[in-house]
Amino acid sequence: MAETLEQPLAAATVRPETIEKVSIVVSKGSLEGIYPGLIMANGARMEGIEANVFFTFFGLDAIRRGRQAKIKVATVGNPGMHVPTWLGAIPGMSAIATKMMQRQMEKLDIPPIREFVELISDSGAGLYACKASVDMFKLTEQDFVDQVDGVMTVGEFYALAGGGEIIFT
Amino acid sequence: MTPETLEGTPVELDAEGFFLRPEQWTRDMADAIARENGIAELTDRHWTVIDFMRTTYLDTGSAPSIRSLGKLSGVPIKELYGLFPKGPAKLAAKIAGIPKPRGCI
Repeated sequence: MAETLEQPLAAATVRPETIEKVSIVVSKGSLEGIYPGLIMANGARMEGIEANVFFTFFGLDAIRRGRQAKIKVATVGNPGMHVPTWLGAIPGMSAIATKMMQRQMEKLDIPPIREFVELISDSGAGLYACKASVDMFKLTEQDFVDQVDGVMTVGEFYALAGGGEIIFT
Repeated sequence: MTPETLEGTPVELDAEGFFLRPEQWTRDMADAIARENGIAELTDRHWTVIDFMRTTYLDTGSAPSIRSLGKLSGVPIKELYGLFPKGPAKLAAKIAGIPKPRGCI
């Protein structure tokens, strides 16, 4: 018993290892589903941490031509909105909430999704589309913005993520 | 707070080496800080970024975000990461003698 206790205590006094690499999975297509992953990726690069972003399922909208500017806040089924579901479902509610949030983000110097994806790519992070999702939605590489580095299987993603942390948003 | 001496002058730095009092910084100190952080020599392009960081901080009271650094300093994002591989916004702030930037972007 004493032996097992000794280890974590000793470890706690040592400065924890620093993170050198992260791989972030973005799987949701709403504004609040996409931004956290982008902010985490950009923040990693700002700290000199290697970063890769893997877009899967509806998260693909973040890197699809013609879709980036249309991403909205989910006002239905989103308890964080603090409004009743029927209110969130009124036509235009999602657009209004999105506008308000975008205005607030602009004040904080958080870029719109298209510009944010460019910034993250320019920072040296890798951007990849998930092959299963690409096939499911019947997409091709041409459907994605130029910053995307490629379409990748889950296995390839894990190989790329090797030696680092994986964050699922 | 770690009292240190840079170029023969005592300066007050935080635990990570950022200046707590930007007025103690001189241009001569920048090279020493850069070398300590893995940048062998500061070029004119480095200085463009450093001067922009410092001016923005002194004018507004906070360091610019990486976004405005890329848009307004005249040095694009790709080049920023080439000049300061270990994180441009924070490293440039350290070399420019201003406190650590607190923003998420």
